Amino acid sequence: MIPQRILLRTLMVLAIWVVPISVFSETVSAENVEDPESLTFSQALSGLQNSSLSQRGEALEQLSKLQHPRIILILQALLQGQLFQIRDDGRLVIAEKQKSGYQIQLAQTGEKLGNKESSQLKKLNLTNRLRSQLKVLISRLQLNSEDPSLRLKAVKTLSKRPDQQAYTLLRNLSQTETNHDVRQALQLTFALQDLKSADKSRRLQALESLKHLDSVDAMNQVKRLTDNDSDGSYLEPDDDVRKLAKSVLTKIESRRQFYSSIETIFFGLSLGAVLVLASIGLAITFGVMGVINMAHGELMMLGAYTTYVMQQIMPNHLGLSLLLSIPAAFLVSGLVGIAIERGIIRFLYGRPLETLLATFGVSLFLQQTVRSVFSPLNRSVSTPEWMSGSLQINDFLSFTWNRFYILVFCLLVFSLLLLILKRTRLGLEVRAVTQNRNMAKAMGIPTDRVDAMTFGLGSGIAGVAGVALSQITNVGPNLGQSYIVDCFMVVVFGGVGNLWGTLVAGFSLGIANKFLEPYAGAVLAKILVLVFIILFIQKRPRGLFPQKGRAAEA
Amino acid sequence: MTLQGLKNDKESTVIVGLLAAVSLIIPICNLLFPVDSMFHFSAYTVSLIGKYLTFALLALSLDLVWGYCGILALGQGAFFALGGYAMGMYLMRQIGSRGVYGDPVLPDFMVFLNWKELPWYWFGFDHFWFAMMMVVAVPGLLAYIFGWLAFRSRVTGVYLSIMTQALTYALMLAFFRNEMGFGGNNGLTDFKDILGFNLQSEAVRAILLMCSGGVLIAAFVGCRWLVNTKMGRVVTALRDQESRVRFLGYRVEMFKLWIFVCSAMLAGIAGALYVPQVGIINPSEFSPLNSLEIVMWVAVGGRGTLYGAILGAILVNFSKTVLTGLLPEIWLFTLGAMFILVTVLMPDGLAGLWLRVRRTQSSK
Amino acid sequence: MIKPLVNRYKTFDFVNRAVAQDQVDVSHRTILYLEDVSVSFDGFKALNNLSLYIDNGELRCLIGPNGAGKTTLMDVITGKTRPDSGSVYFGQTMNCLEMDEPAIAQAGICRKFQKPSVFDKLSVMENLELAMKADKGAWVTLFSRLNGEQYDAIAEVMEIIGLTAHRSQQAGVLSHGQKQWLEIGMLLIQQPKVMLVDEPVAGMTHQEVDRTAELLLSLRGKHSVVVVEHDMEFVRSIANKVTVLHEGAVLTEGTMDEVQNDPRVIQVYLGD
Repeated sequence: MIPQRILLRTLMVLAIWVVPISVFSETVSAENVEDPESLTFSQALSGLQNSSLSQRGEALEQLSKLQHPRIILILQALLQGQLFQIRDDGRLVIAEKQKSGYQIQLAQTGEKLGNKESSQLKKLNLTNRLRSQLKVLISRLQLNSEDPSLRLKAVKTLSKRPDQQAYTLLRNLSQTETNHDVRQALQLTFALQDLKSADKSRRLQALESLKHLDSVDAMNQVKRLTDNDSDGSYLEPDDDVRKLAKSVLTKIESRRQFYSSIETIFFGLSLGAVLVLASIGLAITFGVMGVINMAHGELMMLGAYTTYVMQQIMPNHLGLSLLLSIPAAFLVSGLVGIAIERGIIRFLYGRPLETLLATFGVSLFLQQTVRSVFSPLNRSVSTPEWMSGSLQINDFLSFTWNRFYILVFCLLVFSLLLLILKRTRLGLEVRAVTQNRNMAKAMGIPTDRVDAMTFGLGSGIAGVAGVALSQITNVGPNLGQSYIVDCFMVVVFGGVGNLWGTLVAGFSLGIANKFLEPYAGAVLAKILVLVFIILFIQKRPRGLFPQKGRAAEA
Repeated sequence: MTLQGLKNDKESTVIVGLLAAVSLIIPICNLLFPVDSMFHFSAYTVSLIGKYLTFALLALSLDLVWGYCGILALGQGAFFALGGYAMGMYLMRQIGSRGVYGDPVLPDFMVFLNWKELPWYWFGFDHFWFAMMMVVAVPGLLAYIFGWLAFRSRVTGVYLSIMTQALTYALMLAFFRNEMGFGGNNGLTDFKDILGFNLQSEAVRAILLMCSGGVLIAAFVGCRWLVNTKMGRVVTALRDQESRVRFLGYRVEMFKLWIFVCSAMLAGIAGALYVPQVGIINPSEFSPLNSLEIVMWVAVGGRGTLYGAILGAILVNFSKTVLTGLLPEIWLFTLGAMFILVTVLMPDGLAGLWLRVRRTQSSK
Repeated sequence: MIKPLVNRYKTFDFVNRAVAQDQVDVSHRTILYLEDVSVSFDGFKALNNLSLYIDNGELRCLIGPNGAGKTTLMDVITGKTRPDSGSVYFGQTMNCLEMDEPAIAQAGICRKFQKPSVFDKLSVMENLELAMKADKGAWVTLFSRLNGEQYDAIAEVMEIIGLTAHRSQQAGVLSHGQKQWLEIGMLLIQQPKVMLVDEPVAGMTHQEVDRTAELLLSLRGKHSVVVVEHDMEFVRSIANKVTVLHEGAVLTEGTMDEVQNDPRVIQVYLGD
């Protein structure tokens, strides 16, 4: 019996997460229920279904006291406005809105009843009061959930509207709870409650336990103890408590500072990752081939637009389209890059300044093309669900997923590129041509083809960078322009012809930028970084990691 | 080749003659003939031509550093804009209490930002002579500092170009900030008069055009003299073989520095002439794209000839006016195509083409 | 930082310009001292504790197989490459390592490059004018005009190098040999104390080689000349003292005959 119940609960938890996909499996599990309590369950349900708006609170209370796996589903459906009555027979159903009409299942058993028009259904309405009551009820039920994250959520919800009953439930839970996060949340709730207690020793004890907790609530509450009220006397009458509160506050504050600097480093790293992604293709074309590609930004833009087009092609599979965009963008930008190399740059080797001008012409051309084909306005590219939101470590520290993924992606691309240059035939040829073009030619390396492939590789990576950019900025014709100066700075700062230099430069500039921002503001921080690089280049004209010896003379 | 073209002064004489004619005839016709006469040039034409002439001066300044010194400066627009801002500040001070808010001391945008007093760097701009001094001093000083740092540590070629681009980009970001005290996004505008004369009046506009023409001719003659001195020859030599010149005992960085400063000052003057004729200066003048466009003018006209730069600036801007009027989308295509075609097919620009034609004719 | 300033033997440029500019102290006959000079590129030792002394007015030939460090040696003397260690003195007083390229050139060490590097866009006349010994400050050049004396000097050099007829031709259109001559002319007109001549006869005809040899011999006594050359015939015709470099150090020194019979030299050139 008990294992079966656990199984059911697990299924239920799964069902909550993936309701739309797994309706079927859920139906099967629900049909297997042969519980003696289901009689009273159906009574309670009919109580709810016949209740007037004013009686509905009582009915909900009744229902939530029962033990039945479907209750929580029904309550959640009600909260989300998905609980309906069929007008003909008055049965309660959970209905999902489809393109036309609703797909419904019986509330009691989960039996599927096919589609209905909206006119055949009547929604169960809620008042705001009922809504908050409902939230508490759901949380109470979730306290017993097997999933610690659900329990945590429930604890947090309950501690916002504490009443005696909730406290008893929470106290009970704290006896058995094993999960660290949930225990901490419970501890916080109790401590915050105790802070308001009249008993001095309890207040002191509460402060002691708050000392180790990273919570904005805790910080604010403790801070209140140290504040004056409007007539200048302390809010907290007791000296000892106040003193302890002060020391606890500084402890929490210093931890918050610590976390915020970690967060800044993370932001810096993620900005750096963007810079590295954007400039690494440039590092190849600029460093390895000595070619200034001003159209590099526009190649990124093409990558971003490829993402947009892929999403238009398959609007229902965001994640898949994003993944497919990576090779697609690589191809699109890479091919355009090869075309640029074969069509224009080929004629301009050894004349770097002219290459700069010609590729700038290309960039204007590409920009205007995109403007004409799509529109001068920005296009929005959606972010798949697994990339949005953030990883909440605690109240003071959270990492946004999209930046996290970009960081990972950047490192991935970088190592892949390194692998290509170090381990493949193309890489060997590229390095040979870099070091001595004539000798390479004499040894039978097709320098023309190597040039084209290198340029294609650099451009393709620009396209891939564009895919990443589409996830954090607007996709528009000016996307490339806004990054090109930064890209050049990174490459020059790192030292031309050195991929590691680009990596280090990108990350350090990103972090420097983010650390300056709180003091100087975003724009001024950027200006300061630019000025720093201009001065740095005067000191070390060949960047952080310069090439040495005879090769550098050429 | 370039020097041979200059020795034979025919092109330069023609250009000077043409410029003198344009800057005399157009304003005079504008003032003398009635509106419906066929000899009349509209006020629009006058300010358009005036704008072209200032652009030509700007192109000339770039040709001096790029064509003769080999420094592809992608930040020439920054010096132009700085000169323009200096002029703009003078014109702002001339508004006095006639602004929208009617504040006797502060310009409108400062009142709008709730500033209480004039920032220190605005002092002195009430005086025309001071503003004119700043028009050359500010770009000159910036060029001196930047050049001193860059040339001394031998930052050359592409690196230098990218650094100049970063410079103008940084300035653009800075001038976009309201806190800078230069009007932020909107820049300086709503000018009323210059030296007590109404800026909107036709006579003032005609005189401004004449001034632009006069300054351009003077600058052209000055630059021509400069490149024909021994200094000019040293500079030409170092453009092609910098280290060799150094081994002859010349301090290359000083030569580059003075040419760079000189060119920045010319660009500043161009900016100062530009602002009263178009009536506005804003931070977008600093954008890297603008500076690249200047490079295009010189490239189209043919660098290292001086007259080519003037020709290029006027031609490219004329086609820009025509094309953006007809089909706005087409302009960027044309500009892009120009960049590509000119660099790949005629690296010496129109002047180079012309010289080749003349040489084949004379050899026949 | 302070140390060189308080050195009692240090002569400051502003005290006596002439010392810095013109007067090389050759009281001990030696005009160029290189001691224990080492240069390395990425671990490769281009010069390895090399010591070399050139006498005033001497004509010295440097030979050695490829990679022996001949060009690097010239780079060090002219200030293009900074050595990792060692000292380079011009005369008794001038420390070349504290001077940059223009200062060294103005002091009187001039160099002809391996590849002819005349200024293609300037005429022969203008090339010589630029090279000519004169005040080379930026402002001075703005107003300087050639006076009669200088004009004569240029004409004389053009006569020597046989380019009088090509005086207003662009240097870029000259033949390879003519460019070599122009380079030599640019060297002469600088009136240097020390001439460093890198492969002067490469690409010249037989007659031209003979004339070059004649010219270099005629300079002996007036200028110190260091010639780097691969053409052994040519070296034999001009040299009284030859230095052989090998792997960044001096292998041996002596007359051409002595050097040619040195077993170590034979081994270096011919292998085992």
